[in-house]
Amino acid sequence: MTEIDVSDSESLPTVSVTIDGSVFKARPGELIIEAAERAGVFIPRFCYHPRMDSVGFCRMCLVEVSSPRGFSLQPSCFLHVAEGQEVITNSPKARKAQEGVLELLLVNHPLDCPVCDKGGECPLQDQAMAHGPGETRFIEQKRHWPKPIDIGPLVALDRERCIQCARCTRFASEVAGEALIDFAFRGSDIEVAPFALEPFSSYFAGNTVQICPVGALTAHPYRFKSRPWDLEQAESTCEGCAVGCRTVAQSSAGALVRYLGVDVDGVNRSWLCDKGRYGFEAVHASNRLVTPLLNSGEKLEESTWHEALFAAGEAVREALKEHGPSSIAFIGGARLTNEDAFAFVKLAKSVIGTDSTDAQLGDGLPAELVLGLPRATINEATNARVVIVLNQDLREELPVLFLRLRGSVVDGSTDLIDCSSVPTSLSKYATTVRYVPGDLARVAALIAGESNIDAFGLDQGQIESAKTVLSSAGLGADGEGLVIVCGRGDLGESASVAVSAAVTLHRLFPKARFLSALRRSNVHGALDMGLAPGVLPGRVTLEEGGEALVRTWGSVPNERGSDAIGTLESGAQGKIKVLFTLGADVLADVPDRDLAARAFAKIPTVISIATHHDRTTAAASVVLPVAGEGERNGTVTNIEGRVAPTTQKIVPPGVAWPAWMVASEIARMIGSDLGFEDHSAITQEIAAVAPAYHGVNLSLANGDARRAGVVVPVGAVAIDIRSPLLDPIATPGISSVEEQGAPMRLGKTVAAVPSGDARPTTPGGLQVLVRALGAAPVVTAPKPDSYSYRLSVRRTLYDRGTLVQSSSSLAPHHAPFGLRVHPLELARLGVSDGEELMIRSPRLAHRVNVISDASLGRQVVVLGARNEDSGAFGAFDLIDARELVVDVRLESI
Amino acid sequence: MITNAAPIVTRRMGYEDSYTLSRYLETGGYDGLKRALTMSREEVADQVNRASLLGRGGAGFPAGRKWSMLRAAPTSYLVVNGDESEPATFKDHLLIERDPHQIIEGALICAYAIGAAQIFIFCRGEFALGLERLQQACNEAYRIGAIGREIFGSSFSIDLVIHPGAGAYICGEETALLESLEGKRGFPRIKPPFFPAVQGLYGAPTVVNNIETMSNLPWIVLNGGDAFSSLGEGSSAGTRLFALSGRVNRPGWFELEMSKTTFRDLIFDPALGAGVPDGRSLKAFIPGGVSAPWFGPNELDLGLDQDAVGKAGSMLGSGSVVVMDESTCVVRAAWRITRFFHRESCGQCTPCREGGGWLEQILRRIEEGEGREADLDLLMDVCDNIAPGLTWPPQQTTICVLGPSIPSSIASSIRMFRDEYLAHVRERHCPMGGHR
Repeated sequence: MTEIDVSDSESLPTVSVTIDGSVFKARPGELIIEAAERAGVFIPRFCYHPRMDSVGFCRMCLVEVSSPRGFSLQPSCFLHVAEGQEVITNSPKARKAQEGVLELLLVNHPLDCPVCDKGGECPLQDQAMAHGPGETRFIEQKRHWPKPIDIGPLVALDRERCIQCARCTRFASEVAGEALIDFAFRGSDIEVAPFALEPFSSYFAGNTVQICPVGALTAHPYRFKSRPWDLEQAESTCEGCAVGCRTVAQSSAGALVRYLGVDVDGVNRSWLCDKGRYGFEAVHASNRLVTPLLNSGEKLEESTWHEALFAAGEAVREALKEHGPSSIAFIGGARLTNEDAFAFVKLAKSVIGTDSTDAQLGDGLPAELVLGLPRATINEATNARVVIVLNQDLREELPVLFLRLRGSVVDGSTDLIDCSSVPTSLSKYATTVRYVPGDLARVAALIAGESNIDAFGLDQGQIESAKTVLSSAGLGADGEGLVIVCGRGDLGESASVAVSAAVTLHRLFPKARFLSALRRSNVHGALDMGLAPGVLPGRVTLEEGGEALVRTWGSVPNERGSDAIGTLESGAQGKIKVLFTLGADVLADVPDRDLAARAFAKIPTVISIATHHDRTTAAASVVLPVAGEGERNGTVTNIEGRVAPTTQKIVPPGVAWPAWMVASEIARMIGSDLGFEDHSAITQEIAAVAPAYHGVNLSLANGDARRAGVVVPVGAVAIDIRSPLLDPIATPGISSVEEQGAPMRLGKTVAAVPSGDARPTTPGGLQVLVRALGAAPVVTAPKPDSYSYRLSVRRTLYDRGTLVQSSSSLAPHHAPFGLRVHPLELARLGVSDGEELMIRSPRLAHRVNVISDASLGRQVVVLGARNEDSGAFGAFDLIDARELVVDVRLESI
Repeated sequence: MITNAAPIVTRRMGYEDSYTLSRYLETGGYDGLKRALTMSREEVADQVNRASLLGRGGAGFPAGRKWSMLRAAPTSYLVVNGDESEPATFKDHLLIERDPHQIIEGALICAYAIGAAQIFIFCRGEFALGLERLQQACNEAYRIGAIGREIFGSSFSIDLVIHPGAGAYICGEETALLESLEGKRGFPRIKPPFFPAVQGLYGAPTVVNNIETMSNLPWIVLNGGDAFSSLGEGSSAGTRLFALSGRVNRPGWFELEMSKTTFRDLIFDPALGAGVPDGRSLKAFIPGGVSAPWFGPNELDLGLDQDAVGKAGSMLGSGSVVVMDESTCVVRAAWRITRFFHRESCGQCTPCREGGGWLEQILRRIEEGEGREADLDLLMDVCDNIAPGLTWPPQQTTICVLGPSIPSSIASSIRMFRDEYLAHVRERHCPMGGHR
């Protein structure tokens, strides 16, 4: 008898189980199917999914299990291991049971494999070959239904192919918390169905397609696009938002056709949101930039790289000569890779000498706050005793983080406090505190127990409830076990309010950890690379990092530059001569559009480095096309600080280049050399010069980190103890090309990452800055006057931003435009739901149609961010970036 | 031998107005409850234990033992299973329509003994008259203070809810019943936990007992557990209500002392079934509901005894006996039973969901004269894939016992009447003239 240890480490208790004659040490409480799998014995299955509760429907995983009354056939997906248990998976009796179930599954399953999208990567096909009887004895009539019906905007259901495994229905109710599909009817007539008046329109619908073990659920973006054996695949990181879900990008004939989620314990656990899953369509959109463009004085005309780069270099040289480095600024970069961002930081801060760079567009948080607060990982948040979410609707902004947090709250392992000016997707799982925009910092201080704060106008009962949660949850001293999620969930509320809330909580709970909810895909990587004023690569300030960097780079700016809003203000005053926009639609996406427009009117040269035509490229002097998602290699960093590779799968369209190459060439045009030959040279330089990224290149070369990424600083945090295995049955399609035939996986012994908190404890310059911020008084906004309403501006997942509008499957589904107002206020104004009224801010007055929403506070009105009406009017036209809050008047017309 | 044991649960059936409160009170109604309330909870449970009352729902689990398994918890429930929906089973139907107060009184006694927080009676939705009378009885019981606050002046208070089922046979399975009662799909729960006594309604420990089981309690409390267990023999104590149907001269219900009465008595005694009509001979009979394997004339002298029938390879089950005579087509009988189970499968487990439909189609094909000889082995093998080994009691590989019930009639009828199946195949039509 061989003895194999499949438990995690010697310190954990184990139970001895005999599986097919070999003795294994398994984890207590583990399911037989899991233990066997890690021990290298594959038990066939359909309904079992490692990320959902077992239901024991399909009966495919029957094995013989010993008991005091002898051996009996038991579902291994439902039975837990027990000491001394004996399991036989391949006896004649077990095999007959498995073959019998497989034959029965095929009784009503149509044999339309040649025209089925799943054919070739189908768990039913594969397991019919490996564990089936070989041929069927069924000669009767199969069940017949009309072929695919749409059950939601993106998902079609072929009920004939369904084997009733309940994976999709369980996902909807258990994981997403939206039971929009369930079984209807019974027996062999049972079918998955949406409810009569509600389509299956969930942000997570695509997951049901991914986990369907047959071709019953298909998604319109992939239907009939390719055959599995024609797919090429590469593991990559989703760039839809900043959660950084691990994906497989699959292409056929040179075009991206499908994204699938990869199971990484620390991040997405195989789930994706539909924006991440189908957003790749934007890569192939007709508005992609395929060639450099030059403004001839009247309009943009197609040009060549040589001409365009020369024009850009000329503008930079002239601005440097006439006005100095501070006349040049960079805005954007949150959609670049770390390597791209680093190249532009080197161009800006070393070659040109300007510190005015900002990866955010006035819609985020100051870099020193994001980089200086103690960080949490997603797993730390889901294991925390209490999570406070500061004014974020996570389902709309970071959907998979919503899934993870919701899961931990539903499990009962975490208590949630939802502080928000409007109800959010997490409100029903949380203790909620509502307020009028501008009061977030006061709310934070009050629930943390600050006594000398005026609670006027706030709901005392809600604050007391939140305090009770915090005091009774068993937090450690100084807030240990508390995680705070903070970002800019409300663009109508100035960043200073969110900053004040965060630093106040940091001051009162010094051991609490923070999870940034900034949303753009690689914003955290860009900030880490120094694409913000006052910071240098690797989370250091200009002062503390400058000296070391000068030795490699030659020079760094000696004074702090401006952020995006500061740059635009200088621009409006005529002080900016050259503005680089890095993959950012500044004219559309800066919350204060009036300011952006005034700045653009005065800036002589705008050099737009972009992937798609947008408002900003239309106004630029030079447009340089660059590679986008799936077209470039490099690394990206997520909300946790997890660095993971993003992989090139297809070639960029036209003559688009990787962005780092553009930075190199511009440097060359002004007589310098960044010294990069390829992206990996940049990865190496990052690892060498950016303190927080030391050693990251070597760590990423390690097998496990290639899949799960590595949280920086390297070794600071113990995560991902379990090595993720590719499960071809849980996630059909991912490994079908490499592993044809019978699915079989081998478990392996995984060394535990040393635990213990090895994070640096001496405060760096950023931490000092954050503490200084915390000393300032808590920011308090004035109450809106009796004639005004306070505007809350909130993001939705499907907005009218470039990515969604360029994805043909997602574009039709953006939220309807309208101002949400409490019905009693509408009655007071004499306006009915759907009618128009006049909204007036100090910036502008404009007609807007209203949507009645009784869930709102009566003083709060809501507009979507980047959700304009047909005339392109939106919330950003009303916002003044200098103001703390936006008060508007509503007038009937 | 038919004993002259007095009827227990059917003792009011002679009255036209047996279901009314006045008749119930006149005939000793609610005396059992009043007596129980003077006893301690433990004493009541002890009487039921001494009675050796077996559950009358089909599985025959001792009621007293079920109660004692109740997990200690702040809240527990009593659920009375009145979802009787199987073909040929109609004993609870009778009790619900003709003596609803007796059920309510029994339920109150049980709830008192186990300390339940609330009583639910889950009644088959198609029993329109039964539901009306049960609800009427419930309202009356509230009015006379038998249900509600401080029942009959004692410190015992409880509410009772009548819940109509929505037309699914599977909701007679106790965990599916609980799901349905909670407002969910009637899907049987996967085991473990094996017993609702551990985790039942809304997660709380729950006793689920049958209508007839409840109906016995007032008598047991009034006459003592020993009086009950002195009837019958061994573990099969007391009297039991049998539903006799099929090819007999006097189909209907009969309350008989267990063990001492035989199947031959039940079917042929002039006071009971009065034999097979038109002088034909008995071919086979189903001893305990359509999920039980069939018996032939050789088993006629078995007693109506749970253990004896079990040893002989079938079960007393729900107490419904179906008689087939020489003019009955066994293929058609097996097909009709299989069709019922196929239509009533909940659809969770593959073997039951898909196997039932497949078997039903094969049987229909044979009955219609389109069968092949190989179909007999195929039927047996598909049955074996649903209930491996085709043993009795069946080896269960599905979530509930509905699936493993499907092979009972098929396997036993093929074993007993292989020639008749083969005749269907060879003659290419039903030799009994059933189906053309």
